[in-house]
Amino acid sequence: MSRINLTVDGVRYDDDVDPRTLLVHHLRERLGKVGTVVGCDTTNCGACTVLMDGQGVKSCTVLAAQADGRTIDTIEGLAGEDGTLHPVQQAFHERHALQCGYCTPGMIMAAVDLLSENPDPTEDEVREGLEGNLCRCTGYQNIVGAVRDAAATMRAEVPAPRESTTETVEGTAPTTTGEVAR
Amino acid sequence: MTATEAGPGTSVGAALGRKEDARLITGRTMWTDNVTLPGMLHLAILRSPMAHARITHLDVTPALESPGVITAFSGREVADVQGSLPCAWPVTEDTVVPDYPPIAVDEVRHTGEPVAVVAARDKASAEDALELIEVDYEPLPVVLDMEAALADDAPLVHRDQGSNRCYTWTFDSAEAGTGGDVTRAESDAEVVVTRRFSQQRLIPAFMEPRSIVVDPTGDQITMWSATQVPHILRLMLAMVTGTPEHKVRVVAPDVGGGFGGKLQVTPEEFIAFVAANRIGRPVKFTESRSETMMSGHHGRDQIQDVTISARRDGSVTGLSVRLLANMGAYLGLVTPGVPVLGAFMYNAIYKFPAYRFECTGVFTNTTKTDAYRGAGRPEATFAIERAMDELAAELGMDPLELRRRNWINHDEFPFTTVSTLTYDSGNYEAATERAKELFGYDELRREQERRRAAGDTVQLGIGVSTFTEMCGLAPSRVLGSLNYGAGGWETASVRVLPTGKVEVVTGTSPHGQGHETAWSQIAADQLGVPFEDIEVLHGDTRSSHKGLDTYGSRSLAVGGAALVHACEKVVDKARPVAAHLLECDPADLEFTDGAFRVRGSPESAKTIADCSLAVFNAHDLPEGMEPSLDSDATYDPANFSFPHGSHLCATEVDTETGRVRIRSYVAVDDVGRVVNPTIVEGQVHGGIAQGIAQALYEEASYDDDGNLLAGTFVDYLVPSATDLPTITTDRTETPAPDHPLGAKGVGEAGTIASTPAVVNAVVDALRPSGVTDVPMPCTPERVWRAARSTEGSERS
Repeated sequence: MSRINLTVDGVRYDDDVDPRTLLVHHLRERLGKVGTVVGCDTTNCGACTVLMDGQGVKSCTVLAAQADGRTIDTIEGLAGEDGTLHPVQQAFHERHALQCGYCTPGMIMAAVDLLSENPDPTEDEVREGLEGNLCRCTGYQNIVGAVRDAAATMRAEVPAPRESTTETVEGTAPTTTGEVAR
Repeated sequence: MTATEAGPGTSVGAALGRKEDARLITGRTMWTDNVTLPGMLHLAILRSPMAHARITHLDVTPALESPGVITAFSGREVADVQGSLPCAWPVTEDTVVPDYPPIAVDEVRHTGEPVAVVAARDKASAEDALELIEVDYEPLPVVLDMEAALADDAPLVHRDQGSNRCYTWTFDSAEAGTGGDVTRAESDAEVVVTRRFSQQRLIPAFMEPRSIVVDPTGDQITMWSATQVPHILRLMLAMVTGTPEHKVRVVAPDVGGGFGGKLQVTPEEFIAFVAANRIGRPVKFTESRSETMMSGHHGRDQIQDVTISARRDGSVTGLSVRLLANMGAYLGLVTPGVPVLGAFMYNAIYKFPAYRFECTGVFTNTTKTDAYRGAGRPEATFAIERAMDELAAELGMDPLELRRRNWINHDEFPFTTVSTLTYDSGNYEAATERAKELFGYDELRREQERRRAAGDTVQLGIGVSTFTEMCGLAPSRVLGSLNYGAGGWETASVRVLPTGKVEVVTGTSPHGQGHETAWSQIAADQLGVPFEDIEVLHGDTRSSHKGLDTYGSRSLAVGGAALVHACEKVVDKARPVAAHLLECDPADLEFTDGAFRVRGSPESAKTIADCSLAVFNAHDLPEGMEPSLDSDATYDPANFSFPHGSHLCATEVDTETGRVRIRSYVAVDDVGRVVNPTIVEGQVHGGIAQGIAQALYEEASYDDDGNLLAGTFVDYLVPSATDLPTITTDRTETPAPDHPLGAKGVGEAGTIASTPAVVNAVVDALRPSGVTDVPMPCTPERVWRAARSTEGSERS
C-alpha cells in the first residue's frame, strides 16, 4: 500500500492505495467521485478525462500513486458552488452536444483543457483537440459547435446571452433547418 | 371532445433544451456501475480463448483459495438453474434454436463465451482469482465463413443439429399475389445488373459498457441493468428461470447508448441473477470494453446477391435478392428476424413490379449477431441504393434521374408495395429537389467532368441515397404473422398530482434519445400544463410496470401516440369535474389553451390543476364520480410509419494513396411532424456518423482460428471528431396520417441512408477507371487496390 494525498474538486483526501490502483478507480470507488466514468481499457475513448494540476489526463492511464500530491479537477467540481454552469457545460446544453451523456464528462473536461491552451480554436483545431475523446451518439458536430461557443463566451469574460455570442462565432456548423435555434 | 380541440400547442415543434442534460453535464448521473449496495460482491467472468472446443476439465477450487473470494462456479454447477437464453423471433416454423446456456457447460462455440464465474469482495480480487481456475479444452474444428459453413462436409457449430443452416425464409411476389414473376422479368429484361455486396460485421460500440447489479435481498429480486429493454428483460428473467414475474423488478437507470446493442437479454444478466440468488448477497458485474466487443452481440454480417432487371429507358422490371446472414454461434433475442426485417425494404421507394427474396441464416463459430441501428434496413438500403447506381452507370443515366423514373410519386400515397407494406405518405420529389439545391448537385457534376477530363489524381465522387425505412415497430398483427414472440404496442400513464404537477409514466426506455424532454413537450400541449411541471418516469418496472421499450425507431411513433391518448383520457375525465366547478353542462365546455371554458363566456376557466385539486379533496363531487384524473392508454399501431429522405455525399478520392475525404454531405430528411427539431437534428447527425463509420472505418473481423481481430478501440475504428465531416441538414415535412401527432420516427434514418451515399460516392470517383465496387469499409488500402487493379487490367 502507498500513502497518497490528493486534492479532488477542492477537497483534500489522504488514502492508502494498492500500487496497481488506477486513478479513475480510486476516484470512483474510494472517493465516490462517480461522475468520472470508464469507457474502455486501452486509453482510446477519453470518457475518464480529468484535469491533473490543470492538464487533461485520461485517469485510466494514471496510477493513483502517480497522482500523489496533485490537484485533480473532475466534472463534478466544474460548476460554481452556486450551481452556475461552466461556459463549456452551458454550451453543451444549449448546442445539444450530448445525447446519452456517457462520454460527456470526459468530453467537457477535454474541452476545458483545450480552451485553456487555445482560447480561440478553429473548427479543425477543436476536432484535432478532441480526437482522443470518442462519442458514439452525436457525430461530434454539435460538440464542435459547443466548444467554439464556449470559447467565445470565455473570451468575452462575462457570459453573454447565447444569441449575441453565437453571432460572433464564424464558421459554426451550418444547418438549414430553420426551426433549430442557433 | 378531446384535447386535440386545443389545436397545435406551443411546445411540440419547439427546439427546447433537454431536461436530461442537467445531470449529464454535471456528473450526477445514475449509471448502473454507480450503484453500490451494502454487502455487494463483484463478479468476474472467465471466457473461452477457443472458438470451438470441448471442455474436458474445469476446476474452480483453486480460485476459492484466493484472498477475498466468496465463491466460484462453472456452467456445470448451475446447469439446472441457469436456463437457456431466449430467442423471441424464430422466423419460420423450422428455425433451429439451439440450447444457449449463459455459462457454457460442455462445449464452447465462440471466443469470449463464459465458462466460469468468480464472486469476490472487489473486482480486482475476482479478476485475480480467474487466473487460478483450471480449464482444459479439446479443440474442435472451427467454421467462420458462411458459404463454407453450408457445405455438406462443414464442421458443425452445433453437432446435434446436423447442419449449420438456421432457417431459410422466402418471399415471392408472384406467390404472394403482390407482383409478377422475377424469373420472367429477368428473361424479358433489356438490362440485367447483378452484384454481390458484403455487409461487414460491426460492433454497436455504445460508450457505456454493459453493467448489472442484482439485489436478491428484498421481497422482489431487483436487477439494475444498462439495457434498452427493462420490461422484456423482466419477462425473460421470469420465464427462463421460473422466478415468478411479480418477484422480479428491473431498473434501467441512466443508460449510456445502445444502438440495438442493448436490445438483448444477455448471458451476463443471467449469470449475475443466478450468482446473486446462489450467494444471497447483492452482486455487480461491469464488463470491460474488450468483453463488450467480444461478447456483446455484433451487427450486420451478410452476403447479398442482388439482381435488378430493367428496360433501357431505366424503368425497373424485377428485383431478386439472395441473402446469407451470419447468426454467429447462438441466437440472441431477435437474431433471425434482423435480415427478415430487411426483406421489406429492398424494393425501397421504387415501383418494382416483381420481387423475390430468399434469406438463409447460418451458424458459425463467432459472436452472435443481432440488432444494430437499423437492423436489416441499412443492409437492404445499401444493397438497393448501390445497385441502382450500378444500373444507372450501365445505362449511362444520371443516378437521380434513374431514381425519379422509378420512385413512387407523392400523389400515389398510400402505396402498397410489392413486398406487401403500405407506405403511409411521403414526398420524394420535394426532398430530392431540396437536397440537390443545398448540395449544388449540377455544379458538382460539372466540376467532376472537368477533373475527370484533366485526369486529376484526386477525383471527385458524388454519391446518392434516396431512402425510406419503416419505423414504429410494430403493428402486433404484423409481428404475429412474422412469428415474433410478442406484440408491438406501447403504453403510457398520466398521473395528475394534487398541485397540478404531472407525472408521465412511459413504457419506452430512453438511453440518449431525450424522451424526458419530448414526452414533456407532448403532455404540456395536450394538458395545458407547463413543460417544467411534467416529470417523465421510465425504465423501472416498479413505476412503469408495462412496456415494450425502445428500439426500431418506435418510441415516438408508438409510445408518443400512447401518451397522446392517455392525455386525451385525462382531459375527458377532467371535463365533468370542470363542469361541476363551473356549474354548467359538460357539453358546453371547450378545452382550449390549457383550460376548460364555457363556450361564449371565456372569462371563467378551470385548468387541469383546478380539476386535480378538486378530485384530491373530493368533498363535493357528484355522486358516482371517480375522484381521479389519472389515465393510461395502450396503443397498437395500425401501420408502420415510413420516413424518407435524400442524402447526397461528395468525396475527394486520392487515387494514389486511396485516401477518402468527405467534402460535403447534405441530408434532407422527412420524418413527419417533429416534436423537438434539435433532438431530431442530433439523431440525424449521429445516425449519419454511424453509417459513415460502416462505409469507411469499422470492421469486426476474425482470424482463421476465430479470434476477434478488433477486440478493442485500438483496432475497431469508431470515428473520432477528425474522421467525420460537417453535415448540412434540412427537412421536408409530410405528416404521418396514422399518428395523432403526424410523427414518424428518426432514430435510425441517418444510419440507413448514409452508408450507400458514401460508398456510391467513392465508387463514382473511381468509375472512369473501371471500378464498379469497393468493399466496405473503404479503407485507403482497399480504395488504392481498387483503383490499381483496374489500371492494371487496362494495361494488360
